Amino acid sequence: MLTEQMLTSIQKVEATRAARMAQEPRRMTAEEKDALLKKFHPDYREDAFAVLAAGPNAGDKVPKELCALLLGHSRLAGKALDLAHPDCDVDVLVIGGGGAGASAAIEAHAAGAKVLIATKLRIGDAHTMMAEGGIQAADKPGDSPAIHYLDALGGGHYANRPELLKKLVTEGPAAVKWLNDLGVMFDKAPDGTMITTHGGGTSRKRMHAAKDYSGAEIMRVLRDEVFNREIPVWDFTAAIEILKDESGRAAGAVLLNMETKELLVARAKTVVLATGGAGRLHYQGFPTSNHYGATADGLVLAYRAGAKLLYADTLQYHPTGAAYPPQIFGALVTEKVRSLGAMLVNREGEAFMHPLETRDVSAAAIIRECTERQLGIETGNGYGVWLDTPMIDQIGGEGTIERRIPGMLRMFGKYGIDLRTTPILVYPTLHYQNGGIEIAPDGMSGVENLFVAGEAVGGIHGRNRLMGNSLLDIIVFGRTAGKSAARAAKNTAPGRLSLAHVEAFEQSLKEAGVETGAVSPLLLPDYTRKTNEL
Amino acid sequence: MEDMVNIYLFGKRYRVPGSLTIMTAMEYAGYQLVRGCGCRNGFCGACATIYRIKNDRELYTCLACQQQVKDEMYIATLPYFPLVKQVYDIEKVSPTEQIMMQLYPEIYACIGCNACTKACPQDLNVMQYIAAAQRGDFEGCAELSFDCVMCGICSSRCPAKITHPQVALLARRLYGKYIAPESRHLTERVEEIARGDCEALLESVMQKPLEELQELYNHREIEK
Repeated sequence: MLTEQMLTSIQKVEATRAARMAQEPRRMTAEEKDALLKKFHPDYREDAFAVLAAGPNAGDKVPKELCALLLGHSRLAGKALDLAHPDCDVDVLVIGGGGAGASAAIEAHAAGAKVLIATKLRIGDAHTMMAEGGIQAADKPGDSPAIHYLDALGGGHYANRPELLKKLVTEGPAAVKWLNDLGVMFDKAPDGTMITTHGGGTSRKRMHAAKDYSGAEIMRVLRDEVFNREIPVWDFTAAIEILKDESGRAAGAVLLNMETKELLVARAKTVVLATGGAGRLHYQGFPTSNHYGATADGLVLAYRAGAKLLYADTLQYHPTGAAYPPQIFGALVTEKVRSLGAMLVNREGEAFMHPLETRDVSAAAIIRECTERQLGIETGNGYGVWLDTPMIDQIGGEGTIERRIPGMLRMFGKYGIDLRTTPILVYPTLHYQNGGIEIAPDGMSGVENLFVAGEAVGGIHGRNRLMGNSLLDIIVFGRTAGKSAARAAKNTAPGRLSLAHVEAFEQSLKEAGVETGAVSPLLLPDYTRKTNEL
Repeated sequence: MEDMVNIYLFGKRYRVPGSLTIMTAMEYAGYQLVRGCGCRNGFCGACATIYRIKNDRELYTCLACQQQVKDEMYIATLPYFPLVKQVYDIEKVSPTEQIMMQLYPEIYACIGCNACTKACPQDLNVMQYIAAAQRGDFEGCAELSFDCVMCGICSSRCPAKITHPQVALLARRLYGKYIAPESRHLTERVEEIARGDCEALLESVMQKPLEELQELYNHREIEK
C-alpha cells in the first residue's frame, strides 16, 4: 500500500544507510536554530494569532481558536442555579483525571483531606496515558539537577520561570522514586540501574522509560492507587465554571453530567485544576497527537475566574507525528525512536539534521524540508519525511525495537508496515501546550485557593518543553498542588457560593465590544460529518 | 469517489469510506461520541469493540480507533464492562501466591478455554499471564501483560468470571515495588538532594546572567 514514489525513495534511504550510520550529523548552532524557528515554526506565523481584548491577559496574543473560547460566553448564561444547596461538599475538588489530577488527589487524600475527582471522560483518559517516551530525572552519576536545569532552560529559550524549573529538577528524582515505590515498572538493568536514554536537547541520558508505554504504565498505577484509596471519582462529569466564595476565593465548581446534561454544584474549600491541553482545537489546521478531551477547558475556566495565563501563545508541534497511513495521521511516534538511533531522512536519502535537536527545532526543520526545500515525500495528506527505524535494530541489536518500542511496532504493524525493515513517514503534529495558567511554586494560580497542575500550567517549560519533562511535571506539580490544596483547605471555612465573577466577565466582554460567538468551555471537538441535520 | 463500504452500527446500515477506522466511520455516520472514545491512539482502552463480518460466524474484537472498517461489518461498541477491582494497600501486601488467592481467587477457576487470548486487541497471551499469576510468577505475569490497555474485552469473554486486567495490574505493581531490583543510584540521589547537596551548584547556575547561561548551554558537553 506504499506508493510507487515512496518505494523509490525508500531505496535511496536504504542505499545511504550504512554511510549515514558511520557519521553523526552535525548539530545546529544557536544562530542557525534561531533563524530556522523564525522562518518555519508555526508559533511565528502572525496570522494564526489574535490579541485578547478582555480579561486578565488583555493585550496579549494567543492562537485565534483559543482567543474565541477565552472570550466566549458561559454555558450557564441565563440559567438559574441553586448555589445554596450544593450536591456535594468536599475539602479538595480535583478537576481532571489524568496524571496530574490523580497525583494531586492521592497527596491531598494522604494529607487527610476529603477529596473528589470530577473528570470529563474517564479517569486515565488523558495525555499521561499516551506519553510514550519517558520521564526525565537527574539521578545518574555524572548528572545533577543543575545540568537538568540548564538543558530545560536552554531548550525553553530561557523563558522558563526559574523557581518553577528549580522545583521540577530538584524534585525529579523523588518523583521517580515515588512512582517506583507505588509499583511503576521502569526499565532496569539486572543490577537495578535505570536504563536511561537521551531525548531531544538533553545533555545527559536521563530519560527513564517503561518500554514505550511509559505514561500508560504510570497512569495505570496512579489510577489504581486512587481506587485503592477509595477516593470518589465522578467520571463523564465536566467542570463548566469555577465557583467562588464571598471573598473571591475558588470554592468549588459547577459540573455537567456529559451524558444526561444534569448540572451539579460541587462545593469545596480548595480546587485543583488539572485539565490538560488543547490539541483538539487543531491550531493552524494541524493534526494532533492529543487526547479526545484536549480542548483547553481549564484555561477558559481559570481565565474567567480571573487567573492570568503565561505563554499561551506557544505550542509544541511534535516533530514526528505519523504522516502515513491515513488511519493514524497525526498520531504520536515517540521521540524514543530517535533516542534509540533512528535518523530523520529526506526523499533523497539525506540525513538533513541531527535527530536529537529540541522539538521546536526538529519540527521547523521538517517543515522546511517539506516546503522550501521540496524534499518531502507525498503522503496523500500533504508531505512527510522518513524516520529511518531499521537503523534501531542495527545499532542496538536485533530485538531492540520489539523490546523497547512495542507500541510503535504494533501501531504500524496493524497497517502492514514493519518498522524493523521499513522506514516510516512523519510530519509535525500538534502535541503540547507549552503555556497555560501562571502559578506560584506551591501551585496556586492568581486566584486564591485555585491550584493548577499539569499541562494546564504555563511557565515551567518556557517556550518549548523537552521530552520527558511533562511526565515529570505532572508528578512534581500534581503532588505539590494536592499537598498545597489540602493544607489551604485546613485554613478555609466553607463559603457562600457565587458566580458573580462570571457575570462580571460577561459584562467586561460587552464593554470591550467583543462577540466571538463561542460558548465555552468547548468540552469535546465535533468530528461528525454534517449532512442535512435537524 | 472513494471506495465505500457498508457497515452496520448496532444493526443499522451506513455507507462510509473504506479507509476510515471504526471510530472515524461512526463520526462520519453522524455520531458525536462521548463514551467509547478516549486517546484515539490505541493506548487508553476506551473504545473496545466487537464485530462480525456477514456470513462469518466468528466474533472479532478490536479497539475502534485502531481498526479499519471492512465491507459488511456488524459493529457493537463495548464502552464499559463491569470489571471487579479489589481494594488493597500496596504498602501492606506482599508478593506471594496468597495475595492472588485472597484478592482474585477466581483465577484458579480458569478452564483453559483461551477465549481471553483470542479476544485481546493487543495480541497478548492473556491466558498465559493468568497462569503465571496462579503460580505466583509475578514477573512473568507482568512482562506478558505489560501492553494491556485494560479495555476489558478479555473479561467479557471469560466463562470463569476473571477480571484479567486487574489481576495483571496487581502483578505489575507487586513486581515493580517488591521484586524488581532497587535502583541504588536513585535512592542515593534522592538522599543527596534531601541533604541539600545539590543546592549550591543549582543556585550558582540560577544566579548567572543570561549571556553566561547561553554560553554555558551552547557549549555544554553532551554525553555520548
